[in-house]
Formats: sequence, structure tokens, C-alpha cells
Amino acid sequence: MSEYKVQKTYEEINARIRAGQAVVVTAEEMVGIVKKNGPVEAARKVDVVTTGTFSPMCSSGAFVNFGHANPTLKAWKVWLNNVPAYAGLAAVDVYIGATEPTEEDPLNKVFPGEFLYGGGHVLEDLVAGRKVRLKAIGYGTDCYPNKSLEKEVTLAELPYALLVNPRNCYQNYNCAVNLSERTIYCYMGTLKPHGRNATYCSAGELSPLMNDPFYKTIGLGTRIFLGGGVGYVTWHGSQHNPRALRSENGTTRRPAGTLMVQGDLKQMSPRWLKGVSMQGYGSSLAVGIGVPIPILNEEMATYTGVSDAEIFTQIVDYAYDYSHGVARNYGEVSYAQLKSGQIEVNGKVVPTAPLSSVVRAREIALTLKEWIEAGRFLLEKPIQTLPGE
Amino acid sequence: MNTRLYVLKFPKEVIDQPIICNLVKKYDLQFNILKATILMQQEGVMVIEFVGHKTNVKKGLAYLGEMGVTVQSLAGNIRRDDEKCYQCGACTGICPTGALSLHRPDMAVVFDEDKCTACGLCVSVCPARAMEVSLNGNIDLAA
Ligand code: SF4
Ligand code: SF4
Repeated sequence: MSEYKVQKTYEEINARIRAGQAVVVTAEEMVGIVKKNGPVEAARKVDVVTTGTFSPMCSSGAFVNFGHANPTLKAWKVWLNNVPAYAGLAAVDVYIGATEPTEEDPLNKVFPGEFLYGGGHVLEDLVAGRKVRLKAIGYGTDCYPNKSLEKEVTLAELPYALLVNPRNCYQNYNCAVNLSERTIYCYMGTLKPHGRNATYCSAGELSPLMNDPFYKTIGLGTRIFLGGGVGYVTWHGSQHNPRALRSENGTTRRPAGTLMVQGDLKQMSPRWLKGVSMQGYGSSLAVGIGVPIPILNEEMATYTGVSDAEIFTQIVDYAYDYSHGVARNYGEVSYAQLKSGQIEVNGKVVPTAPLSSVVRAREIALTLKEWIEAGRFLLEKPIQTLPGE
Repeated sequence: MNTRLYVLKFPKEVIDQPIICNLVKKYDLQFNILKATILMQQEGVMVIEFVGHKTNVKKGLAYLGEMGVTVQSLAGNIRRDDEKCYQCGACTGICPTGALSLHRPDMAVVFDEDKCTACGLCVSVCPARAMEVSLNGNIDLAA
């Protein structure tokens, strides 16, 4: 006897997708379905739940090969629109990281710095089809005698460009406040002194890893929506921490799991890969990711039925505690509270503002739903799931 | 306290005078220069933010007028580039007037121009730099 009342395989779900018969709903829609029908009935009805998230995700970048010149050059230092790219790979391969500032950026010399252009913006320019100025210098070898190269490139002309993000899609994130005397500018936005505002950064009930909190269906090989194209989960992300504190429903109450993802940059679009400037902090890349969750059984229906009111995070002081490794929080709040626009911190009512776009997260979940309904996108069973608890 | 953006045009005769310095000394105004183009022996244009008591700002502006400086308020000249805005909501936490707000429950970010006082606070807070200060629609300061 099986431990589940409903049991489906990836093959069965894919067969239904191919036949145009799969029932696909977004993680937001699933909340009501599970509430109304219960998990068993919901699992019978629904085949796939789509999730989405769109927010700045720092650990992002792309491997780019820019092709050989004549005479040949072994690139030693490389810049794209004056943003340094790492060239210590092979003759014409580089990695351009999202948070790399422009060469002459004033940084935080006049505080808070603006960081108007950086690696994230180079990536956006490339996917938007705009010309990017490539500059490379070499030291000259017998097989690569050329010592410098400067040319304009477009994504279409590049032989190879692969988005490879070592850490995206955090499963939950802190709610940030500033309990110091002065305004601080950090990757959680502008925080007023004395805890007068709070910011948070998660799509909550739409967020991929909140809908599969124990990574039962997500792992190496999972096919996903990435930056407007099709990508894959290729490893657990850096700082992946499955042992973070969890609620009874399995969702984590702290930053926890992360994904490493990759996909062909040439399929992507500037709507879903966007260079961002975080005042006083640096540039980064806002990335759109959507993960489809197969409803293999009632357990997956329960997980995907989770709502904002049942997902919690901790309130952390970013002025001192965060930067000094003090493991302390000022209480916990649900995403329903955060999204309501105010929370209570130390007995005071504090207004909240998000950094993660719920509107865009929803659009991703709906797009992925359309792709699956149209039979364009099949689910991939992971070769190996992410490390669990 | 009152925070507003102004565009000042300096005729070439007054460019070498310590006008801004006097504003600070005489009228107790704080300022933040967002953009300045002043060439020697020519007219200068400056976008400046004044912070101070309302009556002091008023007196300071009158002083500028006396000195032959043309003053134009930037109120109403903040616009949102909807192509750039990705509806995150970061700006809603900083906008003092509620001109930028979240519509619930869908969490769409609404910009109500009528409530905007052109304080300029949202410009640098927006990660996408979607909030733009424009002068009569033809000088683009965000560029
Ligand atoms: S300039 Fe920006 S922050 Fe200031 S009132 Fe207008 S919308 Fe709000
Ligand atoms: S911060 Fe910028 S991108 Fe985000 S909602 Fe406001 S205007 Fe749009």
C-alpha cells in the first residue's frame, strides 16, 4: 500500500502536458484550491503549480566567449562597456559578474554612491540587443601575438553567452530595519534611523522554494523559466542552508535554500534581466525565475497550498547586528503582515516596503503556466535533488 | 521643514558672486546641488534642492530673484518611466506624500502625479532608476 492517496509520475504529467490536458495553476491560485478542496482532492485536480520571483539577485553573471581575432589574442584583461570581466579562463572566454562596477565609478566616495552602471547593466544591454564595447588586452605569446583589441559586439554576434548564477532564488529572506541613529543605505534599500521603516525581499507564497520547502522536486536538471527563456537548476546555490529554522508547514523562517541556475543568454529578454543600482551598495541584476512544481501527490499539494499568512521571517537590524554577525532578531512577521504595509517592531508600528516585485512574480508564474498549457514546456525530473535537512 | 527642487538660471553677470553661500548664511537653508552647468563668462543652469523652513525658503527665493537669477520650481516634473519600472515597491517606503503607493491586494505600484511634490527622494532609491526629473520635458537629468 502506498503512503499517498494520489500518486502521479513525471512521465504521466508530461503525457498530459503533451496531450494539452494538464491542469496548471499558479501558486497564488493553488492557495484557494487547497483550502476549498483539501490536499487530496487538489492533488487529483491539479498537475502542476507554477511559481515566480523577480528581484535583485546579486550572485549572477554570464560566461561569454567573444571569438578569435586575427591575429589571435589571449585576453588577459577584458572590459565590457568599461566594466571589468574576469578573463582568467582561456584565450577569449570571460565571466562578467552582476555587481562589478564600471572602471571609473566613484563608488562610495561621495556617500551614498549611485552605482548607475555595472555588470548587471551590461547583461541587460546585451539581452536588449544593444551594442556593447569590448576591450581586451593581452601580453602576447607565440600562438597569440595580438596585444589589444577593441570592438563593438552584440549578443547575436557573440559565439556563446551563458547566464550562470551561482546563487539565486533565496528561500526566504530577512525583513530589514535600522536601529541606529543615522540613515543607512544597504542592499535592503534605504533604511531610516530608529527603525522608522522596514524592507523585505521575497515573493512569499509565489516564491519557488516556499512551495517545495524540502526540495522534493527541485534539483540538478529541473527545467525552469530563467530571464524570459528556458534555463535549468544546475546545483544548489552557494550558502544553501537546508537546516534553517522551519515552521510546522515546512517553510523556513530564515534565509535557507538557494539555487544555482543557468541558461542560454540569447533566449533571454531585458524585461526579465534588469540591471539595478542599489544606492550606497552597488549594481546588481534583477532576475526573473519561475519553477514548475509537479503535484506528484497530496504532500506536494499541501506544500504548494501555503499562503502568505503561513510564511514567516525574522526582523533583523542592518545597522549593527547584520554587519557584525550578531544572531539576534526583533521578532517574526508573516508575509501577509509585511504585504499589509505595516508591522510592529519593539511595540512601534513601522511601515514596510518590498524590494521583490510581486506583480512581476505573478506574471512569471502565469507565463510559465501558459508555456506548459501550450505543451511548449515539459517538466524534468531532477537527476539529484538539492541537499535536504 | 520643506524640501523642494528648483532650477536656477544665472545670468553671466552674477556667476562669480557667492549667491548660494549667502543663501546658507542669511536664510539658514541647506542645499543639495543635483546638477550644475556653469561656464565662465556664460549663463549657468543649476538644479538644486533646498531644505529649510518654508518662510526661509520663500525669502531665499526672493533674494535669488533680486540677484537676477530665474527660479523655476520642479514640482510636477517627476515622471515614471513605465518601461523601466518593474513594480517592486521600494520607492513606496520613502515617498513622503503617498504619491507612490502599493495597491492591495495585487501589490501594483501606483504613481499619483497630483500628490507628488517633486522632492526627488524616489529618484536614487529606485533600483531601476525609473523615476525621472525632467525640466519642461526636454532636459533629462536622469541620463
Ligand atoms: S518626488 Fe518621488 S518621493 Fe517625492 S513626492 Fe514625488 S513621487 Fe514621492
Ligand atoms: S522603486 Fe522604481 S522600479 Fe520599484 S516600483 Fe518604484 S519606480 Fe518602480
